Amino acid sequence: MNKSNSYIFIYATVLVVLVATLLALAANVLKPFQQKNLEIAKKLEILRSVGKGWELTEDVSKNQFVEGEYDKYITASLVVNPEGDEMSGRDAFLIDPVKESKKPENERVYPVFICTHDDGSKNYIFPVNGKGLWGPIWGYVALEPDLNTISGVFFDHKGETPGLGAEINTRTFQQQFEKLRVFNDTEQFIGIKINKSNEPRVENHTVDAISGGTITSKGLQETIFESLTDYLPFINKAKQ
Amino acid sequence: MSQLFSSSNVKLLTNPLNQENPITVQVLGICSALAVTVQMKPALVMALSVTIVMGVANLIISLLRNTIPPRIRIIVQLVVIATLVILVDQILKAFLYDVSKELSVFVGLIITNCIILGRLEAFAMSNKPWQSLLDGIGNGLGYAWILFVVAFFREFLGSGTFFGYPVLEKIGLYQTGYVNNGLMILPPMALILVGVIIWVHRSFNKSLIESK
Repeated sequence: MNKSNSYIFIYATVLVVLVATLLALAANVLKPFQQKNLEIAKKLEILRSVGKGWELTEDVSKNQFVEGEYDKYITASLVVNPEGDEMSGRDAFLIDPVKESKKPENERVYPVFICTHDDGSKNYIFPVNGKGLWGPIWGYVALEPDLNTISGVFFDHKGETPGLGAEINTRTFQQQFEKLRVFNDTEQFIGIKINKSNEPRVENHTVDAISGGTITSKGLQETIFESLTDYLPFINKAKQ
Repeated sequence: MSQLFSSSNVKLLTNPLNQENPITVQVLGICSALAVTVQMKPALVMALSVTIVMGVANLIISLLRNTIPPRIRIIVQLVVIATLVILVDQILKAFLYDVSKELSVFVGLIITNCIILGRLEAFAMSNKPWQSLLDGIGNGLGYAWILFVVAFFREFLGSGTFFGYPVLEKIGLYQTGYVNNGLMILPPMALILVGVIIWVHRSFNKSLIESK
C-alpha cells in the first residue's frame, strides 16, 4: 500500500492539528483543577513544616484540612527585600522563590510566613529551594522566635530516586532537624550539616545523611545554607 | 460475547503473562523495570499506566491501520503514544495529584517504553481493533506482574516494608540483629532479580530454551 507524498503531508498535518487541539483543550479544561491542587499542596507543605497535617494521606481529607486550618495557623506573611526590610503591597503566598532566584540579586524579594500555634507561640517559616541529584528540591524551614532553633522542616523533591534520595520527604528524616540550630555559639551562621557516618559531627548542627542518597543529602545541605543566607539580613534585623 | 472471548482471543491476554512475556522472554522495557521497582506503590501505578496507555494506543493504531502511510508509521505511532501519555499525566495532575507526584518523571518515560512501540508495530498495525486492545492489555499485565515480583523483593529485603507498611519492624525482626540489605535498593539488584526470574521461568518452560 504505497501512498503519495501529498497524502503523507496531509495525513501528518491533520494528525498533528487534531492532537494539538485535543491537548490544548485538555490543558485548558484541567488547568483550574491543577492550580487548585498546587495551591493546596503548597499550603499543606507550609503547615507540615510546623508539624501539622502529617497524618493525612487522602486527597479529599487534605483539601478539607488545608481549607480549614491554613488561615487559622498561618496568621501573617511578609515579603522582604535583599536588605532585609519589609515591603508592602505584595502577597507572600504568590511569590515563587524559584522564579525569584533567577532575577538579579538586588531585585529579588523573599517571602516569610508566620505561624501562630494554639498556645500563642510563633514560628517564622522560610522557603528553601535548590537542587538534588535529578532535579529541584524545595521545602520550608520553621524557626523558633529566637530565629536560630529549628522547630520543624518540610522537604520535597521533583524526581529523586525512590527509596534513596526521595527519603528526604519522609517524616522520619525530617524529624531529625527539630531542635537543631543554624547559628553556632559565636553567632556565626553555619546552617545544618547532613553528614555521612565518617564525617565529623558538629553538635546541634548535624543530621544523618541518607544511605545511597549522598548527592541528594549534600544538595539539601547546600539548599538550606544558600536559601537561609538570603534571609540573613532580615534575620539579623529581626533579632535586634 | 462468546466470539469476543474465543480461545484465540483469550490467548492474546494470557500468552504475554507467560510464554511471550515482554520482559522475561522478549527482554523489552527493562529500563523502567529497573527504575520504578524500589517500592511497590510506584511499580503499581506505573504498571497500571503502561497497561492503559498500551491498550488504548493499540486500539487507536488498529483503527487507523489502513490509513497510516507506511513511510511515517513510526512517527504516527509515537504521536499517538505521546498524546495518551500527556493526557494521562494531565488527568493525574488534576484529579490524583498525590499519585502524579509519586510517579513524577516516570509518567513521561512511558513514551519511551519499547514494549508499547513494539506491540503497535508488531500487532496493532496488522490486526483488528478488539484483538489489538486485548493484546495491549495482556502485554501490560505481563509487564505488570514482573514489576510486582521485582518490587516486592526489593522493597521487602531492601527497606523491610510492604507498600510502605513496616512489616519487619512490626514483627520485631530488627531486635534479633537483622539488618536490611542496602544492595537491594540499588539498580543492579533489579537486573539480577530479573535475571533470576528469567532463569526460574525457563526452567519451568523448557520450550523457551534455545537449541544450541
